[in-house]
Amino acid sequence: METIVTGILLGGTYALVALGLTLQYGVSRIMNLANGETLVAACFIAFWLFTSYQVSPLWGLLVIAPVAFVVNWAIYMLLLRPLVDRAKTQGMLEVDSILATFGLLFMFQGLMLRGFGGAYTSYAFLAERFEIFGTFYGLNRVVAFVAAVLISSALYLFLYRTRYGTAVRAVAVNPNSASLVGIDVARAAALSFALGGALTACGGALLSTYYTFNASMGVVFTMKALIIVIMGGVGDVRGAVIAALILGITETAVARLIDPGLTLAATYALFTLVLLFRPQGIFGRQQA
Amino acid sequence: MRLSAGEIWTGLVGAFAVGVAALLPLFDQGYYLALALNIVLYAALCTAWTLFSGPTHYVSLATAAFFGLGTYAVGLGLDYLPFPALVLAGGAAAAVLAGLVGAATLRISGVYFVIFTFGLAELVRQVVSYAQTKLSTRMGLYVFTDFTEKHIYWMLLALTVLVFITGWLINRSRFGFAMQIIGNDETVARHSGINTARLKIILFMISGAFIGMAGAILAPRYAYVEPPSAFNPMISFLVVIMALLGGTLRLWGPLVGVIPFTLVMDFVSVRFPNDTSIVIGITFLVIVYLLPDGVTGRLEQLLARIRQPRSHAEPAAVKEPA
Repeated sequence: METIVTGILLGGTYALVALGLTLQYGVSRIMNLANGETLVAACFIAFWLFTSYQVSPLWGLLVIAPVAFVVNWAIYMLLLRPLVDRAKTQGMLEVDSILATFGLLFMFQGLMLRGFGGAYTSYAFLAERFEIFGTFYGLNRVVAFVAAVLISSALYLFLYRTRYGTAVRAVAVNPNSASLVGIDVARAAALSFALGGALTACGGALLSTYYTFNASMGVVFTMKALIIVIMGGVGDVRGAVIAALILGITETAVARLIDPGLTLAATYALFTLVLLFRPQGIFGRQQA
Repeated sequence: MRLSAGEIWTGLVGAFAVGVAALLPLFDQGYYLALALNIVLYAALCTAWTLFSGPTHYVSLATAAFFGLGTYAVGLGLDYLPFPALVLAGGAAAAVLAGLVGAATLRISGVYFVIFTFGLAELVRQVVSYAQTKLSTRMGLYVFTDFTEKHIYWMLLALTVLVFITGWLINRSRFGFAMQIIGNDETVARHSGINTARLKIILFMISGAFIGMAGAILAPRYAYVEPPSAFNPMISFLVVIMALLGGTLRLWGPLVGVIPFTLVMDFVSVRFPNDTSIVIGITFLVIVYLLPDGVTGRLEQLLARIRQPRSHAEPAAVKEPA
């Protein structure tokens, strides 16, 4: 029971990060391998705001999310848009965007190593006990989970209850048909990429309240987010949330019961199962 | 086997270059040998990488995993088996891993393959560390041999030659022809009766085996092998960069990237040790935006433009947009 609750609390943050990636890959068609660096940057900004200005990471989201939105929008317009325009096929765009975001990954990682050093960092925010079903959990984990649920719900309402959200989902299904019904695909793609970056940054800021982070851990989180996205089905919001919870629980269970050093092995075991049995994702439909 | 004049010339020039390279340890045993050893190592790795990733355009990041397996094969078996057998065992272990990864991902799509190989080195590292802590008390393995740098250098040089010959033989076989069709258009390949998944898996295994052998040959240089150094994910990224910088359209393309980039990395890691990842990042961006087909691809484009006036006599309608 304790394992499941801890897993779900962890899965909440994972869901936020993976939602960001699924928007970027599902709608903008950019496989953003520098996604984890956005997360780490958000961790450091939250840390800096908290230690220098005593700004709570929750209020910090109000700064971090818009900044991440603008930065990701600029990255898309300046660097990735030219690749989209020159690609003749989806496969070419995939290879190009993978290599370009590798470049960004290393650039950002190098800059953060310069700025913050390579040491592990953490800070004490709401480090109190909180009781659920007779067991105690860190209050910061619970608060981060609640915030993640609120943000994900807002995203869900935007995508499924607003006109523009429907347009974004239409682009995710088929960009060519979407432009036939008068949707500005290029704008929707840029917006989704920026929004995805903002979501990932929120996940990072929340993660930093209870997790020890360092400048070079982004790759691990990109990996986890990628696997969640594939497990849930590319561009599928509900699938990503459920996959994130499954991953959170599996990881916690493996760390508790077998060995904390095998969390990535657990992730890969899930990934292999998905590839072998449901490569289109949990809720995905078989592609023609 | 019939050889064209061009192939004989390339072979002679190649043999001469290898002969000159093999003489290097007679002149210097210090800094330059160490540098040349790195160049030959990455030449072997990048060419082996290009065997698979050149025709298929799949960016494989599994290099570090294969390399580490080869290193570990030597570390584990040194007390029981002769060194050459261990090199083969390292290659075989890497080929088996490549086969498993290929079977899980290459039947589906290229993106899944990239993602899977992205964390593969880290996965194998975690599993090896876990097995070691469970089965034995020590974290690392000692590799004591009589080999010095120059022996390792010669062995890697021989391996590079072997990779080149294999690549050349593949390119002129039915297998290589099929791979070319797959690279150009996979749907066409499937419709002409090519079992695309199986060929890709076999090619990935061949490429992986050579990388594993390179790791095995390099093991004596480390003397002490432990998971974080053997499965260093940086190797995967460096191989991708150097191969793409040189260009993967030709078998010898990666060489053009390996030599300058090894020198640059050597300079950067001595002068600015904290900024290596920034340099790597910038190089990736340069490749994507300025050199999409690598240096050799760009050179061939220029050559074609210079030759253009001469071929004007022929009807000029077949030219495709660049």
